[in-house]
Amino acid sequence: MIILGADIGAWSGQLLAGALVSVALAVATVPFGMAVGVAVALAKDSSNRVLSAFGEGYTTVFRGLPELLTLLLVYYGLQMAFQITAEWLGLSVTVNINPFVAGILALSLVFGAYSSEVLLGGLRGIERGQIEAAISVGMTPLTAFVRIKWPQVLRLALPGLGNNWVVLLKDTSLVSVIALNDLLRQTSLAVASTKEPFAFYAVACLGYLLMTIVSNMLLMLLEARANRGWRPMSP
Amino acid sequence: MNWELFERFGPRLIDGLFVTIQLSVISVVLGLILAVPLAVVRARRGTLGSWSAFLFTYLFRGTPLLAQVFLVYYGSGQFRQTFENAGLWWLFRDPYWCVLATFTLNTSAYQAEILRGAIQAVPAGQIDAAKAGGMTPFQIFRRITIPQAARLALRPFGNEYVMMVKASAIASVVTVFDLMGVARLAFQRTFDFQAYIAAAVLYVLVVEIFRRCWVAMERNLNRYMPARH
Repeated sequence: MIILGADIGAWSGQLLAGALVSVALAVATVPFGMAVGVAVALAKDSSNRVLSAFGEGYTTVFRGLPELLTLLLVYYGLQMAFQITAEWLGLSVTVNINPFVAGILALSLVFGAYSSEVLLGGLRGIERGQIEAAISVGMTPLTAFVRIKWPQVLRLALPGLGNNWVVLLKDTSLVSVIALNDLLRQTSLAVASTKEPFAFYAVACLGYLLMTIVSNMLLMLLEARANRGWRPMSP
Repeated sequence: MNWELFERFGPRLIDGLFVTIQLSVISVVLGLILAVPLAVVRARRGTLGSWSAFLFTYLFRGTPLLAQVFLVYYGSGQFRQTFENAGLWWLFRDPYWCVLATFTLNTSAYQAEILRGAIQAVPAGQIDAAKAGGMTPFQIFRRITIPQAARLALRPFGNEYVMMVKASAIASVVTVFDLMGVARLAFQRTFDFQAYIAAAVLYVLVVEIFRRCWVAMERNLNRYMPARH
């Protein structure tokens, strides 16, 4: 397949493999990122001052750090931490951190920071009365949270979380900087050997665009499903 | 703390910080100038202009900024002869200008979406009333739509600037010595992790100071509106 005068077809296998790595990284990040997001949102919503200050501090830091810097901090930071531990234990080994793992960690920290804001909005969007009612019929606070609050929080937070997912998909491209063979790095490798940067990077952009379009369509379906039984209120 | 590192790289980190601020401020301001016509064209449904403005914003918002930077910076090299003939090669040869141009287009797409949302949030009844009162479309836009839309868009615009400060770190990948670029250089030379920590502190400081000032300004300008939680 020739696009813009470059033989993309010869590289389609590598590009596709890279795209799969990008998607896999994003998918693998979500559970960890959500865990961080829920924990930080609950901390910020807590009446405990230490907890809420921690939550606020966490978002302040990760909202202010460039994603690329977070990634390098995690990647080199972990490497050094392990190296120092190894030396302390008297082992003479060279520690190399897997870039995929570093990517999951760094992106989870970022995804968690942004998702905690979205989830906090959801948590505050549920009236207290519902929880009081649940407790008065004999639910424990945990049951009331799991059965009454959480499903509604998810519904309210879904559009924001969907947005964060698309941002996450695009942020995976940063991991190419620490040599993970994602879509962007595979493209750069193809460029290095074919000297056709314009065509290949255009194709990479199209690949990401396709991921965004598919995500947006799936998110629309998800939102429709989450909002079944809810009718828009007439003003 | 490693004072030797900061003696050697401290001033350069500060220079880098200025490059970061420069890149983000210039691209956001130029982006706004592009975003206004984009949003206006986009709001006219069913026209060719609206459709192309939609395509432009979707393309820039749907792809990673790093890929866009690579496309412009490395991709332009392929058309060197064309650009030289057009007298534009100086622009595309320099990573700083390439990055600035890409950032500007990217943020203009995001800002156009913010503006479009704000313009559409102005109640249609006000536009009808202004028309009935005999205002021209331009007068309506300038006196009724823009003053209200601008206030609604203030908060998301602040967020967009913060996103741009952070995104500008991508410039370091194509050898621009912004704050991130200097931190990477210092780390490569010394293998001292404190270089990254110092950059991190500076980024968080800049973003947090800006955010607080912006929120204060927004509250002040919007004090006539009912308080939002």
